[in-house]
Amino acid sequence: MSEVTVNTTSNAPKRMTRARLALAKPGFLLGCAIIGISTLLALFPQVFAPYDPNFIDYLAVRQPPSWAHPFGTDSLGRDAFSRVIHAYSVNMQMAVLATVFALVIGVVVGALVGYYRGIADMIFGRVVDAVITFPFLVLVIAVVAVLGPGLINMYIAITMVGWVYYARLMRAEVIAQMGNDYAAAGLVMGYSDRRIIFRHLLPNAITPVVIYWMTDMALAILLGSSLGYLGLGAQPPQAEWGVLIAEGRNFITTAWWLSLMPGIAIVLTGLGFSLIGDGLADLLRPRG
Amino acid sequence: MNNPILEVQGLSTTFHRGGVTLPALRDVSFNVGKGEVLGLVGESGSGKSVTLRSVLGLARRYGEVTGQVRWQGQDLTGLSEREMRHIRGREIAMIFQEPMTSLNPLLTVGRQLTETLKAHTDLNRRARKDRAIEMLDLVGIPAAASRLSDYPHQFSGGMRQRVMIAIALAVGPQLLLADEPTTALDVTIQAQILDLILKLSQDMDMGVILVTHDLGVVAQTCDRVAVMYAGRIVEQGAVRQVLKGPRHPYTVGLMQSVPEGVAPRTQLYSVPGTPPSLAALPQGCAFAPRCAFVSGPCAAQRPELESVGEGRELACFHPVEALDGVASKAGAHPASSPHMTEESAA
Repeated sequence: MSEVTVNTTSNAPKRMTRARLALAKPGFLLGCAIIGISTLLALFPQVFAPYDPNFIDYLAVRQPPSWAHPFGTDSLGRDAFSRVIHAYSVNMQMAVLATVFALVIGVVVGALVGYYRGIADMIFGRVVDAVITFPFLVLVIAVVAVLGPGLINMYIAITMVGWVYYARLMRAEVIAQMGNDYAAAGLVMGYSDRRIIFRHLLPNAITPVVIYWMTDMALAILLGSSLGYLGLGAQPPQAEWGVLIAEGRNFITTAWWLSLMPGIAIVLTGLGFSLIGDGLADLLRPRG
Repeated sequence: MNNPILEVQGLSTTFHRGGVTLPALRDVSFNVGKGEVLGLVGESGSGKSVTLRSVLGLARRYGEVTGQVRWQGQDLTGLSEREMRHIRGREIAMIFQEPMTSLNPLLTVGRQLTETLKAHTDLNRRARKDRAIEMLDLVGIPAAASRLSDYPHQFSGGMRQRVMIAIALAVGPQLLLADEPTTALDVTIQAQILDLILKLSQDMDMGVILVTHDLGVVAQTCDRVAVMYAGRIVEQGAVRQVLKGPRHPYTVGLMQSVPEGVAPRTQLYSVPGTPPSLAALPQGCAFAPRCAFVSGPCAAQRPELESVGEGRELACFHPVEALDGVASKAGAHPASSPHMTEESAA
């Protein structure tokens, strides 16, 4: 038995290296910090915002940034800083709700068509072609136009279009994983298809989907605020970055901070998700 | 072999790919007895793996399977997927060529071992764990109890194949289908794994179908051998007889290709030509284009697999009688095959 002495290490050191690897990535850490702070702001905006975001003060209209109003005030005298902070609730909610249903549907559909192939897979292929050749934003706007503006309808619209991208990714990865014998081994072991798909293939195939999910959350915020800007997403007076940018648009030459600050918030959270996505791609990449 | 547990009768498997019909398996018949080791030999694409998958009812997902697979008297081809699941893993187990990919990298070895036990037995958690340790011990993994929580990447290739065997045999199947179980392993490990399979087959009185393209492996381990070519069995019989006196020209060619008893640095023999494409099989004998003895009827008509006595079957119009004559006629190294047969079959 010549191969006896190989690795008798337990799992702990491996976890350690992975944790240490994560710590050695400043980009990933920065992303985690940004998203961590954003989540806190989203959960407890009233703690961080000095004013009620909808408190109107006609005596302090369109004031430039000051100690009392760090981002100035808007045309109704509302505190721009408080409104940007409160908008975190809506926009972070967008990042999750506009993607998570698409993720779940996409993962399940992608895993099933990837496993069974056949006619369902051919139909799926046509659907993918149809959705992907269409510009994403146009398709979402079309769905919103039918359903009517508002946040809920916006989530429905984005999910209806977005699941296709997850499913496509998942399908490809499941097919690749099926090239490994453990899937066939599950079959010859007498396991049910459901067990093989969801217990064995899915966890092995989901890594790229998770990484894409991070990028997609950044895109969801961008898309959500675009729709808000166009008046198809969140509706005023709700504090939402796209709505805030739209409100400041008329004063861009005189009170440019009104639009710039929510814009920076969008860029920052988007950057945070992207950095986490990149970091995860490195960390989860199969090694050795 | 008086009491076969598996009787395969006229098994044919056809795949359809983009309008092309691929007869991957044609009219394959063989038996496996209790505790018997049957070797299935042939080149890549000759239908060895398809045979195993057709027996387990996996091929019918992708193609058309006809013929009979009688397992302990019951015809498996008529069973539903649900009924087949009770046979797979519980009564007939299978192991694969690639020990590197045949274990799920995300689950511990212990989880994967107990998973089959959970699917096929009524053992409780405690008993499943004990059985898992017992199996790892049985396949020769040291400190078995402490390795249950290890992941596949923490095992070497040979050790992983042992784990695969442990998983396959945990439920106590009566037949093991081994699809080139040692091809991906080092030569020294190969012998250990083969010995292990052989020993377990004897201890558990378990039949084995060993797919391989290595005649040396067949000589060492098998009781009987079936030689496959282009989806058909062309010759089968007891290992000792077939390897000592191969009668099909293809078997002869295979045996001459084994680089044993050859002087160093001489050119190795190979069967001339390549196997025919399944999409365009010749009308007559599929081996005819590569055969040294080809004559008129070979191209026009296909020789059927017929009994030639002593439990041997052969599909050839020009059976080879004496090996020495063949070797010189085929222009190969005259010394190679007889040596190899005597040593290994003895």
